[in-house]
Amino acid sequence: MTKARRTLLKTLALFAGSVLVSASAMAQSIPAPGPTVEAIKKRGELNCGVDAGIPGFAFQDASGAWKGFDVDYCKALAAAVLGDPAKVKYVGTTAKVRFTVLQSGEIDVLVRDSTLTFARDIDLGLTEVAVNFYAGQGFMVRKSLGVNSAAELNGATMCMLTGATLELNIADFARSKGTTINSLLFEKSEEAFAAAESGRCDGYSDDTGSLAAARSTMKVPDDWVILPDVISKEPLGLHTRDGDYRWSDIVFWVDAGLKTAEEFGITKENVDEKKSSSDPFVRRLLGLEGDFGKKLGLDNEAFYRAIKSVGNYGQIYDAYFGPKALGLPRGINNLWNQGGLHYPLPFR
Amino acid sequence: MAGKSRKGGSSLWPMKASHALLMQGVALLIGGLVIAWFAQNAASNLARRSMQLDFGFLGSPAGFSMPFQILSFGPTDTYFMALVTAFANTLLVSAMGVITATVVGLGLGVMRLSHNWLLSTVSGAIVELVRNTPQLLQIVFWYVGVLQVLPQARQSLSFGDVAFLNIRGLFLPAPIGGPWSSVLLIAFFLSLALAPLARRYLPLHPRRSSLLWLVPPLLLIALAFSLKGWSLPALKGFNFAGGMVLPPELVALWAGLSLYTAAFVAEIVRASVEAIGKGQVEAANSLGLSSWLTLRLVVLPQALRLMIPQLTNQYLNLIKSSSLGAAIAYPEIVQIFAGTVLNQSGRAIEVMVIVMGVFLIINLAASAALAQLNERVALKER
Repeated sequence: MTKARRTLLKTLALFAGSVLVSASAMAQSIPAPGPTVEAIKKRGELNCGVDAGIPGFAFQDASGAWKGFDVDYCKALAAAVLGDPAKVKYVGTTAKVRFTVLQSGEIDVLVRDSTLTFARDIDLGLTEVAVNFYAGQGFMVRKSLGVNSAAELNGATMCMLTGATLELNIADFARSKGTTINSLLFEKSEEAFAAAESGRCDGYSDDTGSLAAARSTMKVPDDWVILPDVISKEPLGLHTRDGDYRWSDIVFWVDAGLKTAEEFGITKENVDEKKSSSDPFVRRLLGLEGDFGKKLGLDNEAFYRAIKSVGNYGQIYDAYFGPKALGLPRGINNLWNQGGLHYPLPFR
Repeated sequence: MAGKSRKGGSSLWPMKASHALLMQGVALLIGGLVIAWFAQNAASNLARRSMQLDFGFLGSPAGFSMPFQILSFGPTDTYFMALVTAFANTLLVSAMGVITATVVGLGLGVMRLSHNWLLSTVSGAIVELVRNTPQLLQIVFWYVGVLQVLPQARQSLSFGDVAFLNIRGLFLPAPIGGPWSSVLLIAFFLSLALAPLARRYLPLHPRRSSLLWLVPPLLLIALAFSLKGWSLPALKGFNFAGGMVLPPELVALWAGLSLYTAAFVAEIVRASVEAIGKGQVEAANSLGLSSWLTLRLVVLPQALRLMIPQLTNQYLNLIKSSSLGAAIAYPEIVQIFAGTVLNQSGRAIEVMVIVMGVFLIINLAASAALAQLNERVALKER
């Protein structure tokens, strides 16, 4: 016993030492494109962590192919780094394990309707790269209850999934209003939907994007109404591990590239024609001027390939949340010049 | 495993005592090295991600609330209180499950042994059905299939306007305690626990000491008089308010855990009873005991000895399976602590260590208690 304890102490001392060493190593600069991209290229595949299955963000169709808003982000990254949007290994992650999988290096990037928060940035040792979907927690209730706003939910019970911060947001909201809202936590959406459907709860709570998806799976979607109030800020986005800022830079600028493409009217269809454009921003984005791709450690066609394979930000949104899909109005997910919040940094 | 049998040469692998000691030392060393290797691995991985083992998060406020608890817990309490509250919920459903599983299992086991064809067939059918389907499926079935067909809150079944049953649970009147109620309640439970001890150890005449059994009921009467009144459930807004509630999550988990374990208990009862020599039953019959008295006085006391070690396993399994409640929104320790708290605090390793430690403690305690019981009822060879 004492021997084992001594070994443990030694290990702990060793571990304290290595913390110091790695802290000093952190200050050094990494040559582009960084170890993560080197590893991806060697592997010939991008390991992309996505949601294990939720309409809109990431799901598998009848043939088992991955589809969705977040999945398209994986494709864009693979197109930029490896030149082929198909070279992605999708790792479906649950809310509980998503960050552990990223920390352990099993995936290169997490694109999984996950909120960017302080705790995840600082406590979990992750990098909050970019927001690709502005959501907020909302409520879906039965129309027959006659509730018009979240403020009228005093004493109500809400079904929701565990593993996120939904119950915390609800408790915070109720406390701020001096009311009580009970939350019933389920591990899987099937049981949560069944409980809401049967009337065990007065409604269902989740991020606005997921609520639209949940409503579409109800027996009679028209019996349900999504309340207009949003009780929390849920900037969903892209996470990478701390320690390779070059890779985080690439992820950041691919996201900015997709949004810039929408800003300048570049689509999946017209990207080749746009190469003859005289607009300097278009020319820089498509790799005709300025060596932006090369400076990231990729090649100058990187952004062109990303746009060519999945389209611009607006096209991705419309494909999964647009009127023909889940029918979620773009609202704050519009570009800044359309009244939304997406404001890509300029390519210059 | 005494050294004696080894020396006899009858052992599978004869060796000297010193060799045996050496082998055990080697085994211990290998075990220690494996553990150290795990620890080192975890430590270096944590270091690489600049994370450290730190239990300080237990003191920070939890922020969330629980839909059901027997202790009082609110959003401003700490993570540690969340752990204690979820732990109490786990203990509650485990204790309820162990009691019902034993009673139902004993009933099913005795039924199956009965000469009445109907009784034994019904029991056999139940046991086989329950024993051969997954437990999680059964719990979800109780929750979704049975309890979710109950009426909505506004169409509740009413029992004399004091108790109500609907999909949100069974709403019962709750006593409102007066100033002395909690003291009397504790005294009541203490008297229940101490009465048998006092009877055994106090130098009293047996007839007089049996008067000690009057103490608990008297305390209960005093408790009833100390109450200020009753809080009745009443429909208010979305749901019933006031009174107390037995939520469907608890009932579904309770039913799922107890019935599943009861099926195994029934088989253990049957096997243990059948293991009692036929001669015992025949001797009892020849003394003129009825078949019920034979079972109660001759067979069951002997079968009990055989049952206890196997029952221990079933009880421990039941306690561990209580974590399946996470699937149906019962706020037990795995859901609340290894779910919500883990996710909010990001302290995955610390949280998992605590949860494993808690289950280890509950199960070691339960198994120690049953081992003691086993020792007491075991055949004393003199």
